[in-house]
Amino acid sequence: MSSVIEDHHHDDHHHGPAKGIMRWVFTTNHKDIGTLYLWFSFMMFLLGGTFALVIRAELFQPGLQIVEPEFFNQMTTMHGLIMVFGAVMPAFVGLANWLVPMMIGAPDMALPRMNNYSFWILPFAFTMLASTLLMEGGGPNFGWTFYAPLSTTYAPPSVTFFIFAVHLMGISSIMGSINVIVTILNLRAPGMTLMQMPLFVWTWLITAYLLIAVMPVLAGVVTMMLMDIHFGTAFFSAAGGGDPVLFQHVFWFFGHPEVYIMILPAFGVVSAIIPTFTRKKLFGYASMVYATASIAFLSFIVWAHHMFTVGMPLAGELYFMYATMLIAVPTGVKVFNWVATMWQGAMTFETPMLFAIAFVILFTIGGLSGLMLAIAPADFQYHDTYFVVAHFHYVLVPGSIFSIMAAVYYWLPKWTGNMYDETLGKTHFWLSFVGVNVTFFPQHFIGLAGMPRRIPDYALQFADFNMVSSMGAFLFGFSQLFFMFIVIKCIRGGKPATAQVWEGAHGLEWTVPSPAPYHTFTTPDGIDLKEAHG
Amino acid sequence: MKKAKQGNWLVALSMLLSSSWAHADWTVNMREGVTAISRDVYSLHMIIFWVCVVIGVLVFGVMILSMLMHRKSLGVKPADFHHSTKLEIIWTIIPVVILVVMAIPSTATLTAMYDASDADIDIEVRGLQWKWQYTYLNDDPEKEVKFISSLLTPSEEIYNDARKRENYLLDVDNEVVIPINKKIRFLITSQDVIHAWWVPDFAVKKDAIPGFVHESWAIVEEPGIYRGQCAELCGKQHGFMPIVVRAVEQAEYEEWLVGKQEEAKAVFETVGKEWTQEELMVKGEEVYTRVCSVCHQANGQGLPPAFPSLVGTGLAVGSMQEHIDIVLHGKAGTAMQSFSSQLNAAEIAAVVIYERNAWGNDMGDMIQPREINAMMNGGQ
Repeated sequence: MSSVIEDHHHDDHHHGPAKGIMRWVFTTNHKDIGTLYLWFSFMMFLLGGTFALVIRAELFQPGLQIVEPEFFNQMTTMHGLIMVFGAVMPAFVGLANWLVPMMIGAPDMALPRMNNYSFWILPFAFTMLASTLLMEGGGPNFGWTFYAPLSTTYAPPSVTFFIFAVHLMGISSIMGSINVIVTILNLRAPGMTLMQMPLFVWTWLITAYLLIAVMPVLAGVVTMMLMDIHFGTAFFSAAGGGDPVLFQHVFWFFGHPEVYIMILPAFGVVSAIIPTFTRKKLFGYASMVYATASIAFLSFIVWAHHMFTVGMPLAGELYFMYATMLIAVPTGVKVFNWVATMWQGAMTFETPMLFAIAFVILFTIGGLSGLMLAIAPADFQYHDTYFVVAHFHYVLVPGSIFSIMAAVYYWLPKWTGNMYDETLGKTHFWLSFVGVNVTFFPQHFIGLAGMPRRIPDYALQFADFNMVSSMGAFLFGFSQLFFMFIVIKCIRGGKPATAQVWEGAHGLEWTVPSPAPYHTFTTPDGIDLKEAHG
Repeated sequence: MKKAKQGNWLVALSMLLSSSWAHADWTVNMREGVTAISRDVYSLHMIIFWVCVVIGVLVFGVMILSMLMHRKSLGVKPADFHHSTKLEIIWTIIPVVILVVMAIPSTATLTAMYDASDADIDIEVRGLQWKWQYTYLNDDPEKEVKFISSLLTPSEEIYNDARKRENYLLDVDNEVVIPINKKIRFLITSQDVIHAWWVPDFAVKKDAIPGFVHESWAIVEEPGIYRGQCAELCGKQHGFMPIVVRAVEQAEYEEWLVGKQEEAKAVFETVGKEWTQEELMVKGEEVYTRVCSVCHQANGQGLPPAFPSLVGTGLAVGSMQEHIDIVLHGKAGTAMQSFSSQLNAAEIAAVVIYERNAWGNDMGDMIQPREINAMMNGGQ
């Protein structure tokens, strides 16, 4: 390893990237791979968003106008799968690629070739998944949670391609997380202790462990499906002595940590942005680390709160209710810490800060409705209604996705060397903020009033709020094309960015020039650990 | 004069409002329901809701205050505190206390919900793609009442060719009828995929899972019609399998039950009589439209490959015995379910004859309901 670094020292006249398309195909550079991940996830975001707009267009009015129920089910399924596995997860991996090495003073990810491989699996996996829509019998139509036996005995033939695609995504995620763990544990600048790492690095370290723990469980459950479908086993078929509820236990043992996989790195992003724009240190760094670890631990022991209505015994029901309520404690600690960070700061409200503040407020709303859902007797009324849809979209859209947008605006000047257009950025923020709330807030009401989720048509008393929700969705959706425009404009030019970019920014990534050179921290010389975390 | 004018304005406004809110039961909150349990659930919901509102107001209040007061543009200098063990302990302890306080009534309600013992009436609820089958269990099999309940809303309303009436998508052909103030136990299961039986007014939602029988119960206090829907994605018609429960006085319930029992007897007798092909065709069309056309479509063309065509191909123009077998027992691994418990022998004979002689299929063959009945009871 050290000899490689020595080599770089010799030709210090930065050898830049290769030319042409092969730069991207063969690249082992963490910045290039980060860029690939981010663009890929943005494309998936647009694709999954298009599916969401098909859903919202159909639900604009009662009655069937645009699509048939069968296709509607394919849309809800593909929207969920694409957004979870194609948009949110790869976006965070992209951010990790770009930022983790620069934040810990490492020259690159520890396993660069595997890094290339773990990215390049994804386009194939998602092309295969999306192509199922064109197959005879249609694509997966059993929801992103693919409960058996709807997804086994009663599934369309394309389910086999779906299973293969999930396997590929799992391989990619596992390789990506191995890379993150090895990089963080081995390549920190000399002298940097774990408790000196920026919170984004901490949250990603914990997330990577979650991924390694649960992706094999997902692989296991889809393999059991494959066996049931093609090889005559009966894991999930009651007629063959199997157990359909077993599917749900295994799925949610993966699925619950999975939802934290999509939110923990967001906590890290927001914990970087809020101190910068309040010009004040993050409040309670150590308790933030411990809270993240507690949330990760709890995520393994609460899975069956997704299954309160499957008829568990009373003892199981009570245990999962209590354990789930406990999550509110560390999550509360995080929110209180962010608020305390803001208190008595000297705040400015650039676009990343706007997204970060909106994250704290709207994620908290999603968290509070989560607390309501934890109350098992009340969950009998909430379960599988639009109240749940509103809850998890509040956590995922103005939660995870807002944090990703905040991160892009925050680090874009470092990546491109140019400032983005602040007026356009703020406009994008306000359009997204209004769009997201108009879309998802009314869904709380229609859920409480009794509208089940995943239905293509609904009773008349839900009509008004569905119409409002659909209008919000189109506003939010089209605002994201505007986001793409702002990013491309920034890549092509703009006010040159300084190395520090933001007045209050601290961290090693702000000590290198903007745009960040193709190779950074090739030697550990001159790394000032005092700058390590903000 | 002025007063009258104001009055007119009010009437106009209220008319405007009532026309735009013409949809009945326009609501933003959970229903309180009509059972003791549903009211407990509602009050838990309201307590936790207000707890969340208070937390939200406090947290967001501090944030907004901070955003207003601590802005750089006001010339403030940032403070440099970055931790406070005391504060952190306080905001760990307080949520724990709130949670413990919430856990106590939740545990009590949940425990009560799980006590399904000593029921007065047992009703088996069986989910099928995409309708519900109800069986009023009785020690005397002669007196058992069993029927299928499916969506009544016609497809013209769904496809916007007719005005959508009240209870659009929430109406069924056969309601579940229960007496008030009696403990009704619902034994919930499924024949194919997972469904969930949900009646919001009873706070009863339980997954119907093949291979499992789950219990739920309700003591309904007010007569009325209570509507719900399937709550677990169960395939293409998931949005179209509503639940309607009519709660009535005991006397009316008994009258209804006797009526149903006699209906069953009458059906039993029709099975024994000699049918003509015309009679079977008429009945067959009615059964086909109600039961089969969801998948195989009104024109028999189906939606291949999931739902095969019946026109000029396959069993409908092949062996009648195999045709009857598949209707009776379903086909494993496909959406074709067993109809032996849903349809009576006359209905099965009629629909088979109809399928073999409609849309240009011209088999011209014939079978009597009693022959089907023999097959059904012959242990096949």
